[in-house]
Amino acid sequence: MTKRGRSIRVPVLARVEGEGALEIDIAGNRITRLDLRIYEPPRLFEKFLEGRSYLEVPDMVARICGICPVAYQMSAVAAIEDAFGFTPGPELRAWRRLLYCGEWIESHALHIHLLAAPDVLGFESVLDMAQAWPEVVERGLRLQALGNRILAVLGGRSVHPVSVRPGGFSRLPGPEALDPLQEACRAALETARDLVAWTASLDLPRETQDFPCVALRHPHEYPMNEGRIAATTGLEIPVSEFEAHFEEYQVPHSTALHSRLAGRSYLVGPLARLNLNRDRLPPPVAEALAATGIAFPSHNSHFSIVARAVEIFLALSEAVRILDDPPPAAPALARPLQPRAAEGFGCTEAPRGILYHRYRFDADGRVQAARITPPTSQNQARMEEDARLALERFGLDRPDEELRRYAERVIRNYDPCISCATHFLRLKVNRR
Amino acid sequence: MKPKVAVHKFASCDGCQLALLNAGPDLLALAERVDFVHFAEAGIVAPEAEADIALVEGSVSTPEEAARIRTVRERSRYLVTIGACATAGGLQALRNGADAGAWVAGVYAHPEWIEISPRALPVAEFVKVDHELRGCPVSTRQVLALFHDLLRGVAPRPVESSVCLACKRAGHACVTVTQGEPCLGPVTQDGCGALCPGRGRGCYGCYGPAATVNAEGLIRHWTAQGMDKDAVRRRFRFITPEAPAFRTAAEEGGE
Ligand code: SF4
Repeated sequence: MTKRGRSIRVPVLARVEGEGALEIDIAGNRITRLDLRIYEPPRLFEKFLEGRSYLEVPDMVARICGICPVAYQMSAVAAIEDAFGFTPGPELRAWRRLLYCGEWIESHALHIHLLAAPDVLGFESVLDMAQAWPEVVERGLRLQALGNRILAVLGGRSVHPVSVRPGGFSRLPGPEALDPLQEACRAALETARDLVAWTASLDLPRETQDFPCVALRHPHEYPMNEGRIAATTGLEIPVSEFEAHFEEYQVPHSTALHSRLAGRSYLVGPLARLNLNRDRLPPPVAEALAATGIAFPSHNSHFSIVARAVEIFLALSEAVRILDDPPPAAPALARPLQPRAAEGFGCTEAPRGILYHRYRFDADGRVQAARITPPTSQNQARMEEDARLALERFGLDRPDEELRRYAERVIRNYDPCISCATHFLRLKVNRR
Repeated sequence: MKPKVAVHKFASCDGCQLALLNAGPDLLALAERVDFVHFAEAGIVAPEAEADIALVEGSVSTPEEAARIRTVRERSRYLVTIGACATAGGLQALRNGADAGAWVAGVYAHPEWIEISPRALPVAEFVKVDHELRGCPVSTRQVLALFHDLLRGVAPRPVESSVCLACKRAGHACVTVTQGEPCLGPVTQDGCGALCPGRGRGCYGCYGPAATVNAEGLIRHWTAQGMDKDAVRRRFRFITPEAPAFRTAAEEGGE
């Protein structure tokens, strides 16, 4: 097909971690093609992991994403421990959950306040927004800092924490660090509850679409580190069957692989998790959600910001619960695993959705093959579909600048951590 | 007029830029003193803008990036590389020496749609770098100290000491002595304040080689402890594969 007519380029889609672009062909009132171009240079982690010891894997895969390194560490240790037949005890599970809470709070607070709120309130960046909405920005930075503090107390630093090892933590903090952390988390609960109400009060577009949601499902917890993979289609499978149901495929316009479930695009992340796991929220969080008056399950991606706020409140409540009565450290400390020639699977809930890892090890515990499926690449096809439907409904006769802003806003609902999935944005509109 | 600052991203995990995005009130305070002209992660997009100070994250790993780093250099008065990717290639430089084409074909069904350079390289291989901040990631403290110096018109000073010295200063128990952990502390530049030994594990070299590196002594010690050659090689070839002192050590130790 030859493309004629105007073509407009808008630089890098800002406030998406990474780089990318959106190209749209418009014919009349229809979009005939919409490509979310992801340019991030492939870093080929799955290949250079080969030959490495299982002990090196968590530190390596953390470097796939600076915003959610803990997610990569958690899925990696889950897969390694699965391969070597080690089951974490209750103490280790609790400490890992606390660490993950820190990452959810940090990542969601960063997204809500620094990345999404400027969209909703009409600013180019948080730096402009800080003049007009100092208390909103201040609240966001405070929550973000608290998430980072949990990460640093447990892992030494918030980006690429160092204490996570296969089999347990290399060391855990004592009361001198945990007591003040517990106080700080308790003191922030009210702020987190307010944040849920605030996000629900925002003027969010009503744009409902039909799509499957996918998330982990755990017998009694809101899922983070473990569970079966469940979908709103009724699917419920063990993690080891992920590749039998979810298909990865390459498209010419992205260096991140796309994914589909039974031929369809699907959603992972906070909204999908909440849709599938509302019955796992502790009562205060469930009440805060109910008080928003928003009907769940929701298939409006603009409500992802509300889901993120709910999950900040959830993660903070969980952190308080764990810190109120911290489990003994000793049983959670790293113990030597017994490597064996085996394959292992791990899937945990990264802030942006399920993150799947599979490794095959030789008898010495060296990686023979690795497969990593990040949440942002899983969401790519859904993002494209959402943007296409949303823009058509928005009205394609609007000026390109308005289309760009709206498209950015739709795509930002997915919080595409593009480094994970590789990256994004420029808008190119071809009208004919 | 406020100095103009640009933050550029190349092949990376975005973790080093977080040193700014995680700075909280300090970021807002910095934004009063400088004018961020390009910082895509914070929503400010003008990649071609002229800048007084450019921070560059990430390694140069595609032909497009090789062209772009030259443009960045032309438009920046003072260029600072931040982090292991920009200063020493980062983990993605572990592909250097391998057959990049075969690796791409190992990950992608259509390798012909993917364009990458055979090697991921430090920024200094392409353009002049005025100063470097090491680390994986660089910390907020390092980045704020950099601005503190530059805004006073003072040249930032390179770090001289090693992780091992920082560890002794912090009073940590030596993990090599007490746990037999292979620790890179004696040969690694300080910057983290001996984070890993403080957490009961060996340093794995995020900040790259220290000013003086006695790798032979360390390799001899590890070998005596029973570490095999490949483990020695992997230890040096990790976060900073293109740092010359560690590359040499990996080659010699792995023989
Ligand atoms: S140096 Fe480390 S933290 Fe910084 S961008 Fe590279 S991988 Fe990320």
